[in-house]
Amino acid sequence: MRVVVCAKQIPDPASPYRLEPDSHWLVRPGEQVLDDTDRYGVEMGLQLAQAAGGTVTLVSMGPTGTMQGIRQALAMGADKAIVIDDPGLRGSDALLTARVLAAAISKEGFDLVIAGTESTDGYSGVVPQMVAELLDVPALTYATQVEISDGQITIHRQTNNGYEVVQASVPAVVSVTAGVVEPRYPTFKGIMDAKKKPVETHTLSDLGVAPEIGQKVRDVSVAASRKAGVKIEDDGEAHLKIVELLAHRKVI
Amino acid sequence: MATVWVFAREVDGAPSTMSLELLTKARDLGQVSVVYVGAGSEKAFATIGQYGAGEVFHLDPGDRLVAAPVAHALAELVRARTPDLILFGQAYDDRDVAGRLAARLGATVISNAIGVSLEGGTATTSHEIFGGAQIAGATFTGAPPYLVLVRPKSFPASPSGGPAPQVSPQALAEVGPADGRIIEAHVEEREGPKLEDAAVIVSGGRGLGSAENYQLIEKLAKLLRAATGATRAIVDAGWVPYAKQVGQTGKTVKPEVYIAAGVSGAMQHLVGMKDAKTIIAINKDPDAPIFTIADLGVVGDVHKVLPKLIEALENR
Repeated sequence: MRVVVCAKQIPDPASPYRLEPDSHWLVRPGEQVLDDTDRYGVEMGLQLAQAAGGTVTLVSMGPTGTMQGIRQALAMGADKAIVIDDPGLRGSDALLTARVLAAAISKEGFDLVIAGTESTDGYSGVVPQMVAELLDVPALTYATQVEISDGQITIHRQTNNGYEVVQASVPAVVSVTAGVVEPRYPTFKGIMDAKKKPVETHTLSDLGVAPEIGQKVRDVSVAASRKAGVKIEDDGEAHLKIVELLAHRKVI
Repeated sequence: MATVWVFAREVDGAPSTMSLELLTKARDLGQVSVVYVGAGSEKAFATIGQYGAGEVFHLDPGDRLVAAPVAHALAELVRARTPDLILFGQAYDDRDVAGRLAARLGATVISNAIGVSLEGGTATTSHEIFGGAQIAGATFTGAPPYLVLVRPKSFPASPSGGPAPQVSPQALAEVGPADGRIIEAHVEEREGPKLEDAAVIVSGGRGLGSAENYQLIEKLAKLLRAATGATRAIVDAGWVPYAKQVGQTGKTVKPEVYIAAGVSGAMQHLVGMKDAKTIIAINKDPDAPIFTIADLGVVGDVHKVLPKLIEALENR
């Protein structure tokens, strides 16, 4: 089974994000990390490929930089990576991102595409569905559990008040929630091996995708922020202050 | 006058609350029609009429996986009727349909809007970024239709009064390899009010220390007739079901009172609850970001403060 996992390198969420002054694009340092939500997709892919016999290929769009994030995913055990980096992709919207990913996936060939439900830096939340439409396959979304047997994929799909059991035939796209599996930590051997694994890079023209972007950020302003109120240290009686406030707000 | 469509997913036999919020907003923007996805009923359509839509396109996917057949039918409708703007909620089925529709039409989608307007021949949207610290204004640079996903509770839902709309059923074609089925639906049991509608919410985070300690949250919630919520961290850890998640990837809530216990206040969580009228936070880390928005912040151990609070309320 050929499993393709969409993986994104993002600026480290532990350091504050900044925007470029004129374009309002997110500042992307050379060293980016693997989006934490993608670790679940990579793990899911590794487990499914191992069970069915197969390969895991990463597909990633964005500035390559030091490739630290891609290497993280390779160190977990993915076989190779395809990276699409092109100046025409700066300020890309969800649709262009999906077109690029779908073109690369289609060129590579696939039985199953796995993606997170949304990225941590952009969180448009529609890219997996777009990729599925462009590839003309079903999208099984917000999966909290995934099984494949006899060419059928069955997932538990998160809903507002529980979950649905959803089924379709492969090839398919599945978007996974954090928590679908427990991602492994790379071993030392995994980290060493990752340095030698193949990474192909493509440009837009390699894929025959035009850099059309249908939206732009016009302005950014500081929001009217909520002010912090009273902060007290618990001296053993702080709960009484809470009771007082609840009574004042007529909750009790 | 602009033509605005609102995507309305049926929930428990009625249009979703989200879609009623969108309808209320859409009335200010132009002539409103509704794309209704579900079994449908006279009562459901009457509600849509009361919220100001004159026309309903009714699509019923039955037990088929919703997105592909609905997006394909919708693409045909869009080509025939050329709406200027289509509003969706930032919700599960809405995202699935909007994504596929956008790809099919070659139209851009803008996600996570909290405001939308039509002016100067395009649509403009506003967005909270960096956990709500800044507001970004975005605009479409191409041709309509403009597809916008709006975050829940961005607009209040209020009926305008209106007659029953004209309903036109739309056939759903076969979608070949993109088809799928919904085999079963499971509803997780819940005590007390619905999270999205609750006036009071008690939420727990990683600071509770263990899944067992979530019962402190449940006890307190019961005493306050509150709904229980959770952070992404403890949902991912499997302590509580996904349906309780408040935040960017979970639910957006605006209760009268929000009590956050053992919640650090990651951006992901703040986006979903920062518009609560009153926020009470208990956390042992005095530098936890939750304290920057709390009306009352208690720097203390949840394992000490919560039991005392519960006891005090029981004794009232």
